[in-house]
Amino acid sequence: MSDFTWGNSTSEGAAWPKRIVAWLVRHPPAFTLILIVLVSVIVGAISPEFWQISNIFDMARASVVTGMFGLGFLMILAAGGIDMSFTAIAALVMYWITTAVAAYMPSMPMPLILLMAAAGGTLLGVCNGLLVHYLRAPALIVTIGTQYVIRGFLLTFIGTELFVNVPTSIESFGKYELWQVETDSGSIAVLPAYVLVLVVAAIVTWWILNRTLMGRAIFAIGGNSSIAERLGYDLRKVHVFIFAYAGLLAGVAGMLHVSSNRLANPFDLSGSELGVIAAVVLGGARITGGSGTVIGTILGVILVTLVNNVLILAGIPSSWQTFVVGCFIILAGTVFASRERT
Amino acid sequence: MDRQLNFLVAVNALVLLAAVAIAGTDFAGIYNLQSMAVQVPELGLLAIGVTLTMISGNGGIDLSGIAVANLAGIVAALTVPLWISADDSPMTYAFVFAAACLAVGLLCGLVNGFLVSRASLTPIIATLGTSLAYTGLSVVLTNGSGVRLGYIEPLDNFGHMPILGIPMCFAVFIVLAVIVGCVLRFSPFGMRLYMLGSNAKAARFAGFNQIRLLMVTYTLSSLFASVAGFIIAARISSVKWDYGTSYVLIAILITVMAGVRPSGGYGKITCVVLSAVALQMLSSMFNFLNISNFFRDFAWGLLLLIFLWVSGIDLRTLFALRPRAGS
Repeated sequence: MSDFTWGNSTSEGAAWPKRIVAWLVRHPPAFTLILIVLVSVIVGAISPEFWQISNIFDMARASVVTGMFGLGFLMILAAGGIDMSFTAIAALVMYWITTAVAAYMPSMPMPLILLMAAAGGTLLGVCNGLLVHYLRAPALIVTIGTQYVIRGFLLTFIGTELFVNVPTSIESFGKYELWQVETDSGSIAVLPAYVLVLVVAAIVTWWILNRTLMGRAIFAIGGNSSIAERLGYDLRKVHVFIFAYAGLLAGVAGMLHVSSNRLANPFDLSGSELGVIAAVVLGGARITGGSGTVIGTILGVILVTLVNNVLILAGIPSSWQTFVVGCFIILAGTVFASRERT
Repeated sequence: MDRQLNFLVAVNALVLLAAVAIAGTDFAGIYNLQSMAVQVPELGLLAIGVTLTMISGNGGIDLSGIAVANLAGIVAALTVPLWISADDSPMTYAFVFAAACLAVGLLCGLVNGFLVSRASLTPIIATLGTSLAYTGLSVVLTNGSGVRLGYIEPLDNFGHMPILGIPMCFAVFIVLAVIVGCVLRFSPFGMRLYMLGSNAKAARFAGFNQIRLLMVTYTLSSLFASVAGFIIAARISSVKWDYGTSYVLIAILITVMAGVRPSGGYGKITCVVLSAVALQMLSSMFNFLNISNFFRDFAWGLLLLIFLWVSGIDLRTLFALRPRAGS
């Protein structure tokens, strides 16, 4: 079989573009990287302010929450599942914890708050995992259900009002500086320290997927769940783990969202799940599971953040945003779908 | 499998009784029944679209329904007045409006069908991507604001006026549902669709053209969505890109409640219609009780999970002899 394809490719050796396309299809992150470079070069040429350090810091800041969501989503996608509820989890956790801390323990230190957010997110994620496992229904449908239950619960029973009296520990966490640069115009551009949370999450996700038995199990189940089950992988354990992990990242992401915005809005984050799914798919993870890399996901997140932020710089009205992201999903899906046929 | 049908009839009766008990006999009055009937078609049509794609199996689903409906309404509302004046010839206006909606639906459906069948995208990704693209297009076309149609008599009549006590748009919905039900049950298309959904491998060896089948299925789904778009425009005489954001969930809820199998191969249009009616009565009961939209979303989500659970039990008892057959 391999002989045949090898002979085939040499006989078509002259067909250059074909081979490049084939290589790209086999290395999805490279495709994403090329798109990033293309967008950057074009926008940079149209408006030089794109390359200003403050703009780059802004984009780094904007990609943290999407990145956290994306890593959790990647984990679920790798196992062949899909999750529509993570933004609702993040919204519930961030609003409930922020208001509760402000009301009962305004002096609570940030590490403890983050721990609470992680625990809350994990708990909701475990519910998701158990439901997906025991209802034996497509994860898409189950998590659309939990999304509405969680968001409906938040808006009916917790509150609908914008909350601005954010506890000082949460607020100051968002102000820690990692790097400070004085720009030519004299203003100061700041890279906040919480981008490190995304870096840590990326490393942990990479480690779980590539260096642990759980990672093996996730890819095995994503590849073919009934065969994986016969090989002795515990489907329930994996389902609960991936949704719990995604919930954990979502909870932490919710808290980061509050500390960077310095307010808690229960209507925030709703609808952003589509951008996250776009990012992960653009990063080359197959929607039917069994593949996906952390680096690809991060690149996908960067690309989506880029699109969301630079359209205005490029002189395109922001109303085009949704359309462009949608087209990117279709484009990436089409390119990577051709991989499945080979 | 008539259990599902009996079950849904029982659910309908129960909801009606509960609503009458809670909200009073006004609930079963002709006025309220008509106002409920006017609201069923849009959701019912979207649910029929989801049902068709779900039956085709292999993760088939159409998430772009409401995006297509809104886009169809918006394109028609923006272009038709350029050709025809609503004041001079309202009847032609209404028909051209409908034709424009259907044309948009056809085009959107062909794109969906192409992506799923030819480009072999997973239906979730394909329809998620197109739903973003169609919604984005609606935003671009209207700059994010709504478009008012004003009062156009034939359109308004279509949306509200009862003939022999039955609102016109509801009658159209029932006629369409009957046609789809018959096509699924008696035509080769229906048989092939069920076959593809229940066993894709066997369907391949049966030798019919699967690409064309999927193409037709997704096109039909979007066509129904565009009819829904026309009905929405006629009923509320304005169109906006973010109308009915929770319709994707509700359409899926209706299909799951109707016992359509999410993994494909089984689903009945009669059940879908009954399920849509039950949901509409429940929603109207919430209206009578002045329950907030947020709690309504909560209830819909919970209902979806409960029905997934209930249908799971049914499946297991039905396939007790061969526990692996259902999965």
